[in-house]
Amino acid sequence: MALKGSQTPKQQEYQRRVQQNKPKPSVIRNVIVAFIVGGAICVVGQVALNFFSSLGLSSKEAAAPTAVVMVTLGAVLTGLGWYDELGKFAGAGSAVPITGFANSIVSPALEFKREGFILGVGARMFVVAGPVLVYGTLTAVLLGFVYWLVHGGVIQL
Amino acid sequence: MVSAWRGDTAMKEKKVGKQTYLFNQPLPILSTAGVVGKKEGEGPLGTYFDEVINDPLYGEKSWEMGESKMVQRAIDLALTKANTTYGNLDFMFGGDLLNQIIAASFAARHVPIPFFGLFGACSTFSEALALAGIALDGDFASQVLVTASSHYQTAERQFRYPTELGVQRKPTAHWTVTGAAAVIIGKGTSGVVLTGITVGQVIDMGIKDVNDMGSAMAPAAIDTIRQHFEDTGRGPEYYDVIITGDLGSFGKSLTANILAEAGYDIDKNYTDCGVLIFNPEQDTHVGGSGCACSAVVFANYFYPQLVQGVYRRILLVSTGALLSPTSYQQGESIPAIAHAVVIETL
Repeated sequence: MALKGSQTPKQQEYQRRVQQNKPKPSVIRNVIVAFIVGGAICVVGQVALNFFSSLGLSSKEAAAPTAVVMVTLGAVLTGLGWYDELGKFAGAGSAVPITGFANSIVSPALEFKREGFILGVGARMFVVAGPVLVYGTLTAVLLGFVYWLVHGGVIQL
Repeated sequence: MVSAWRGDTAMKEKKVGKQTYLFNQPLPILSTAGVVGKKEGEGPLGTYFDEVINDPLYGEKSWEMGESKMVQRAIDLALTKANTTYGNLDFMFGGDLLNQIIAASFAARHVPIPFFGLFGACSTFSEALALAGIALDGDFASQVLVTASSHYQTAERQFRYPTELGVQRKPTAHWTVTGAAAVIIGKGTSGVVLTGITVGQVIDMGIKDVNDMGSAMAPAAIDTIRQHFEDTGRGPEYYDVIITGDLGSFGKSLTANILAEAGYDIDKNYTDCGVLIFNPEQDTHVGGSGCACSAVVFANYFYPQLVQGVYRRILLVSTGALLSPTSYQQGESIPAIAHAVVIETL
């Protein structure tokens, strides 16, 4: 029964029925809310960036302290128990910005503190963000390699 | 020398049809007790519960031990209400959702009677009631204790995400009920009695969406309810109310529609504990889930109404999704089970 790729007609019919009748998320509402909240988080980031630029940092240099501010903000809001409420409301709007990345690391760290600092916090901290870090790094390396091939003169276009 | 084996005549008297057993002795429920968390206390059934525990830790240092303490609290309340002691009890049948059922077994450390630990996911409550009935009617026991518990935070961290992660839940998602219930069943001649069970099969219709347990579990509920009617020759009208455990609003409508197509129109007297326990305004999407869902709703909502005579016959069908984080990460579909228990007033 129910083995992969060998669904019975009865199972297929049931799954079709479920798909047709399933309550769907409100895409329009979610897109609008995500746009507004995500945009608002970016405005806060822009304010921080402008502030650091006004201190005389170049826009490239100002990016680092801005990231620090935003990550700290995400971490603090997670610690206060507010970021999950925001996430429930805003979805991708609060998950995609760097504050959401902070939330994805701080929330398991908080959660698994009871299992201790080694097997809990240490081992579980990247349980959500781990794949992002692994594949983000991998993608950066691959793109860097392509960039080197093209701009390093190995391949003449 | 022990008396000669009676053969299988006695069993044949109890077994009706394929999966149903009707007990020979009336097995009265002596007491029920339920404790719940804050959100359940704020729900539509809030005033029915014995105790609302606002602190999810319940004074313990972890949520898991908090859940276990809720089980102990429910047991204490049930013992007091039944005016009985551990000395009269033969077995405890209990379970929960956690790995290695630690809420039940850690609570059982404080229970000085033989313990059967059960895992039937959210069907655990009716599974435990069914086994309790078998033990009592089989004359292996004269009084037994049944428990079931679940806890929002312990379930979330085990099956889904850390609780503080900002994720948007799907419209088909459930909210795990925090709470524990304990029921004491004995032997007697009258009262609210357990009269029969239909033991469910594992059914897998290939649903893989872990955010849609209602769709995964509905086929099991449908199968068990249909089998119960077939085995007993009863129809939906035999029961004042047919209650599924935690299918939620979507699973409930699937169940009612598919059973109607099969010729069993249960819509008029059908409800679901997951739908009853929360308001739609509580942001719980399709409704409550977890072992405690059917357990506390039965213990504190339906049982008192049976005692008062509001209902005389109910069919309680707790439903369980038998998945683990390992199985769904490996891409397996979600098998489900449902056990039906007949409870009548004599």
